Amino acid sequence: MLHRFANPTRFLRLSAALLPWTAGLTLVLLIAGLYLALFGSPADYQQGETVRIMYVHVPAAWMALFCYSCMAGASAVGLIWKHPLADMAAKATAPIGACFTFLALVTGSLWGKPMWGAWWVWDARLTSVLILFFLYLGYMALHNAFDDPTRGARSAAVLALVGFVNVPIIKFSVDWWNTLHQPSSVVKMGGPAIHPSMLTPLLLMGLAYTTYYVWVLLLRLRGEIVAGKVRAIRLRQAHG
Amino acid sequence: MRWAFEIMRRDLRLALRQGVDSLMAVVFFVLAVVLFPLGVGPEANILARIAAGVIWVAALLASMLSLERLFQTDYDDGSLELLALSPVALELVVLAKVVAHWLTTGVPLIVAAPVLAVLLDMDAQGFVVLIVALALGTPTMSLIGSVGAALILGARRGGVLLSLLVLPLFIPVLIFGVAAVDAAIGGFAARPHLMILSGLLIGAVALCPWASAASLRQSLE
Repeated sequence: MLHRFANPTRFLRLSAALLPWTAGLTLVLLIAGLYLALFGSPADYQQGETVRIMYVHVPAAWMALFCYSCMAGASAVGLIWKHPLADMAAKATAPIGACFTFLALVTGSLWGKPMWGAWWVWDARLTSVLILFFLYLGYMALHNAFDDPTRGARSAAVLALVGFVNVPIIKFSVDWWNTLHQPSSVVKMGGPAIHPSMLTPLLLMGLAYTTYYVWVLLLRLRGEIVAGKVRAIRLRQAHG
Repeated sequence: MRWAFEIMRRDLRLALRQGVDSLMAVVFFVLAVVLFPLGVGPEANILARIAAGVIWVAALLASMLSLERLFQTDYDDGSLELLALSPVALELVVLAKVVAHWLTTGVPLIVAAPVLAVLLDMDAQGFVVLIVALALGTPTMSLIGSVGAALILGARRGGVLLSLLVLPLFIPVLIFGVAAVDAAIGGFAARPHLMILSGLLIGAVALCPWASAASLRQSLE
């Protein structure tokens, strides 16, 4: 099953068919989510209009963790079964995840100023997300640090797996430490503690981010495969 | 087991013969800490307040400095390949080398720390906890650092890269190490923080040799 879809040629065909769908789905979800978030949902009784930052911030933070988990999963597959496509997927995920993490940090900072009165506080959640950002940067730096690309992929994969310890720490940091950042209110025991009028745009935005991730990932993977082919052709030409 | 002991002795002997090299970490540690009173100003109350944090951060950077050489020299002269081919498990080799590394760089840091604490006018109540916390924290850092040191073998600009890889992973040690000392100075129980540090150390002993050995194998492929 895994090997069936991991064949690069079959992947190219499959991804070509999927690309327009993911792109279209992303646009539809993003427009619907943004409309509901900016116009269709009520302002918070306490936070006023600034609550709308949540619809950008929370899904970005979800995606930061989700991308890292995908990257670690792909790295594990790449290490165990030595599958080139898994290595490529991990490599292609890293910049996307780093962007989501950066987005979560920046929007969180913009949200923190009116709510907490500070651009940045050193609480457990913020600090651990910052560490996640540095892990992404380290991963990308390590990937590019070797002349031999497969060696870079292997080393970076080990780093991704080692850094995975940070993911549960981020997820549960708000429960383990008593911090300024509020605990999870969507995924918790006894159903979400958030009104449907706000939950719907939030989930729509989350879905939009996810399809966006799939879309960009497919694009990057295709680019990566084509670049590999170009490299092979060049090498063949060089060798006559 | 005897083999691992031999490898450790070899590393210790190498460190002793090279002499100055292993002392560099301590010299850096002392210098980095001494810079703070010059930068922040010599007021005793400010220095006493930041003493624990400064000592820990400097210890973190000092132990990172020496990490680059943990496998690099063996990798360059080929003895790492011989070690990998030897009947000893590579994980055990890593553990032996990490213990040797800790004995040559971590222990001097622990010895130097109380002197620096006096220089920074730290509250005397925190001294014992500082030493215990460093004794638990520095081997953890050597273990975590061994993963980074194994990953960068053969990389371009390995040293800078190492700091980017390893420093984020050092942060939990730093947080609980400083928290333990601050708790002791403030008159609270330092025990919970020390327990967490021990937990980190045990976890690192269990997991890091495997990750290091895995990346060493890749570097030798």
